[in-house]
Amino acid sequence: MRSAGRSLPRPDLRAKLSGEAVFGADLAEPGMLHVRLLRSVVAHARIVSLDLDAARQVPGVVCVVTAADLADLDPMWGHYVRDRPILADGVVRFAGEIVAAVAAETPAAAAAAVAEIDVEYDELPPLLDVTAAVAPSAPRVHSGPPRPGFACPPSAVFGDGNDFYRWRVAHTRVEPSGAEDKLVTVAHEYAFPAVYQYAMEPHAVIAEHDGDRIRVSSTCQHPFLVREELALLFGLPVDRVRVSVPFIGGGFGSKSYTKMEPVAVAVARQAGRPVKLVNRVEDAMVTTRRHGMRARMRTVADRDGRLVSRDAEIWLDTGAYADNGPTVTMVAGMAAVGPYRWDRVGVDAACVYTNLPPAGSYRGFGAAHLQWIGESQVDELAEILGMDRLQLRRQNLLARGETMIPGTRPIDADLAGDLAAVADRLGWGPPLPGRQGRGISVGVSPAGASHHSQARVELRGDGRVAVRVGTQEIGQGARTVHAQIAAEVLDLPLDRVEVVPTDTGDTPYDRSTGASRSTTVAGLAVQRASEDLRAALLRTAVERWGVDPAVATLAGGRIVAGDRSWAIEEVGACQGHGDAGELAAGGATMPLFWEVCVAGAQVTVDPDTGQIEVRRAVTAADVGRALNPSLVERQDEGCALQVVGNALFEEMRFSEEGVLLNDTLLDYRIPTVADVPHEMACVIIENGDGPGPFGAKGCGESVFGGLVAALVCAVADAGVTVRELPMSPDRVWHAIRSES
Amino acid sequence: MAARLTVNGEARELDLADNALLLDVLRDELGLIGAKRSCDVQVCGTCTVLVDGTPVSSCCFLAHDAAGREVQTVEGFALEPLWEELAAAFSRHNAFQCGFCAPGFVMTLKPLLAERRLRSRADVVAELSGNLCRCTGYRAIVDAVCEVAGVDPS
Ligand code: FES
Ligand code: FES
Repeated sequence: MRSAGRSLPRPDLRAKLSGEAVFGADLAEPGMLHVRLLRSVVAHARIVSLDLDAARQVPGVVCVVTAADLADLDPMWGHYVRDRPILADGVVRFAGEIVAAVAAETPAAAAAAVAEIDVEYDELPPLLDVTAAVAPSAPRVHSGPPRPGFACPPSAVFGDGNDFYRWRVAHTRVEPSGAEDKLVTVAHEYAFPAVYQYAMEPHAVIAEHDGDRIRVSSTCQHPFLVREELALLFGLPVDRVRVSVPFIGGGFGSKSYTKMEPVAVAVARQAGRPVKLVNRVEDAMVTTRRHGMRARMRTVADRDGRLVSRDAEIWLDTGAYADNGPTVTMVAGMAAVGPYRWDRVGVDAACVYTNLPPAGSYRGFGAAHLQWIGESQVDELAEILGMDRLQLRRQNLLARGETMIPGTRPIDADLAGDLAAVADRLGWGPPLPGRQGRGISVGVSPAGASHHSQARVELRGDGRVAVRVGTQEIGQGARTVHAQIAAEVLDLPLDRVEVVPTDTGDTPYDRSTGASRSTTVAGLAVQRASEDLRAALLRTAVERWGVDPAVATLAGGRIVAGDRSWAIEEVGACQGHGDAGELAAGGATMPLFWEVCVAGAQVTVDPDTGQIEVRRAVTAADVGRALNPSLVERQDEGCALQVVGNALFEEMRFSEEGVLLNDTLLDYRIPTVADVPHEMACVIIENGDGPGPFGAKGCGESVFGGLVAALVCAVADAGVTVRELPMSPDRVWHAIRSES
Repeated sequence: MAARLTVNGEARELDLADNALLLDVLRDELGLIGAKRSCDVQVCGTCTVLVDGTPVSSCCFLAHDAAGREVQTVEGFALEPLWEELAAAFSRHNAFQCGFCAPGFVMTLKPLLAERRLRSRADVVAELSGNLCRCTGYRAIVDAVCEVAGVDPS
């Protein structure tokens, strides 16, 4: 292969290094106004009064918008649950909820007007924890049953309580046998904190609404779903809504689904002019975050080292609005099961409303929350049984083709091989002395989300090729990989292929940029479209020049048949279409593929300070085929650093009133270059067993499941048991003190 | 209040509010979008530009304090040979992903490389600890910089 499989440099890098690359906040429209938002300062209250007069008097202000201005709409949005008003209507359900929006000629005028708005709140007791929220006597965050959103799976069932969605599995493969005295049990409670994705670029939207048309440029990962939601919300046909996307400064899920677009469009509608809305970090933090979680788990093994059963109860705090909470809950429930051959498994995962800011997708969700819990219980059982931890895993691990959860795709990877590769690279062996420890973990997470991806590949008059595909370039390198796929099929040099930014008016449909689907699913559509173009070119050569179809081929930008050849542009403008629909052929079961979450870690714990030093982090990228190995490594390393943050120190802290305390990067620390593990290794495993182009399958999220778990296990191996993340120095220090 | 600053070698006469931030002036008045805003509190470094050759966080730097001084943004630096060298190394290593942080890294590095102040990998790590990147895991960035600085990458 000439292009696919090579670590080619990203074509977009120079523009990003020179400042030429245009991101959301860099955009401007003629005549555009600037939007500033008034956000609630309390977590739960009735809005008694809202005085806008002074704000309207501020020079330069064009309009002040509140819920009262949306009376002609059904202003509730949410792709899974339609539970969220564009602007708070009579009640605020979290500190940070948008109460009013001002559009003005300058950002300063808009900010000044926001400061002039007078709100009177009648405060209500907030629910700030899942335990409080599911108590029988707890008040309801939302009255009335949840309304399914436009992207809610038809099978979803909602309940009436704050725990409005549950994902459950109760499966008995064989009745557990054997006498009680032959069984060993581990059971504990655990907690995971709310954390912030911190895509370095906060959300930015430019919106225009001219009565019967909406035009939006947004930093969104799923522009086609945003289009659908805006059309629904503002009562327009989908083809009257157009969403385009600039370069995106990181996503990690924080820009998935709809975020700031509804309020921006509502303001543009009122103003009758284009508006620009740019979040600051403190806005972004209350726009979406990772779910905090509480869980209980119990794992049983027999004395021969057979894993017998597992039970888990999970409560995920989705905040005041569902966002993607139900999906996160489902994936967390699946991760709780773990890839072992249980006799019996029972998981009950609940998605719970509270009065905290909404939580949604963040890289590796579910697996990040649960894999460390299951894997630390496997380690504890090994300890009790006096067995090697790796060996206990090996003898219980599911093989390719075995089913983890009834009704889902059987395991489609060589988990034992992946585990062995990581163990080898980590240097698995006898226990390390002192406060050093090693950990290793294995899991799988459902990936691919949906087979709905299409692509168009166009040959232009100048002999260059344009790829139109609705995947967003959020840093992962999708445009590079898609260009490599087209270049490979068409046998072109990479610099003759350009992947065009998305405009939903012109780009073929793609459901979303997430769930590690860009290479596998959208990439397959690009491959098929490229093959279609290739076939069209060769067909033309046969018809026009009488070429023998058996020998005609493409090489280096020419159609070649024996000793005759033509430049491809001689065919004239021509295009190919492709679709990833084949992934759903025969009603294949979900997920489209399992993303393998295998990693290992070695740590040192300083007993005097509680500081954890990551000596070694080994991740497995079981990608089927690495279409660009260096991009695979970057994904794994980047994810590893986010894991260091999530596992060791990141945590959103809320006051007793439910107000976010650490809402700047001064107080919310993320990993710097000084936090990079001493040694980071990404083992790329290529079994050619993915459903994507050339046998590829996705990566980039799995490290969250694998490495959080490996770190927790390594710290336990170093003698410190932590069941609440992050493993911050104070928590570790206290754990060491309490054991002595 | 009028202020005169030199930006990327060009003298500019601007009428600025007293509290105007250099970052806003560069981006909104002069259309130089290379410097980005992220944290807004002098932590992330993505708004880094040079004032008289020294890196500053332009999100927390008053535009009036740049009056009479030489400001360089990434757009200006990108015309110099050292930028080419740096960009080539970053490309070879595929060192950035979304690239939102990249202009800040590049501007932080310019004086360090020009003055040959990076003598070891530890120097690179120490000097870059004021630039955040949420995508990459930093390793490839450090590797590429070591290459340009001519220091042992291990
Ligand atoms: S935006 Fe200036 S340092 Fe972060
Ligand atoms: S490459 Fe995205 S923040 Fe650095």
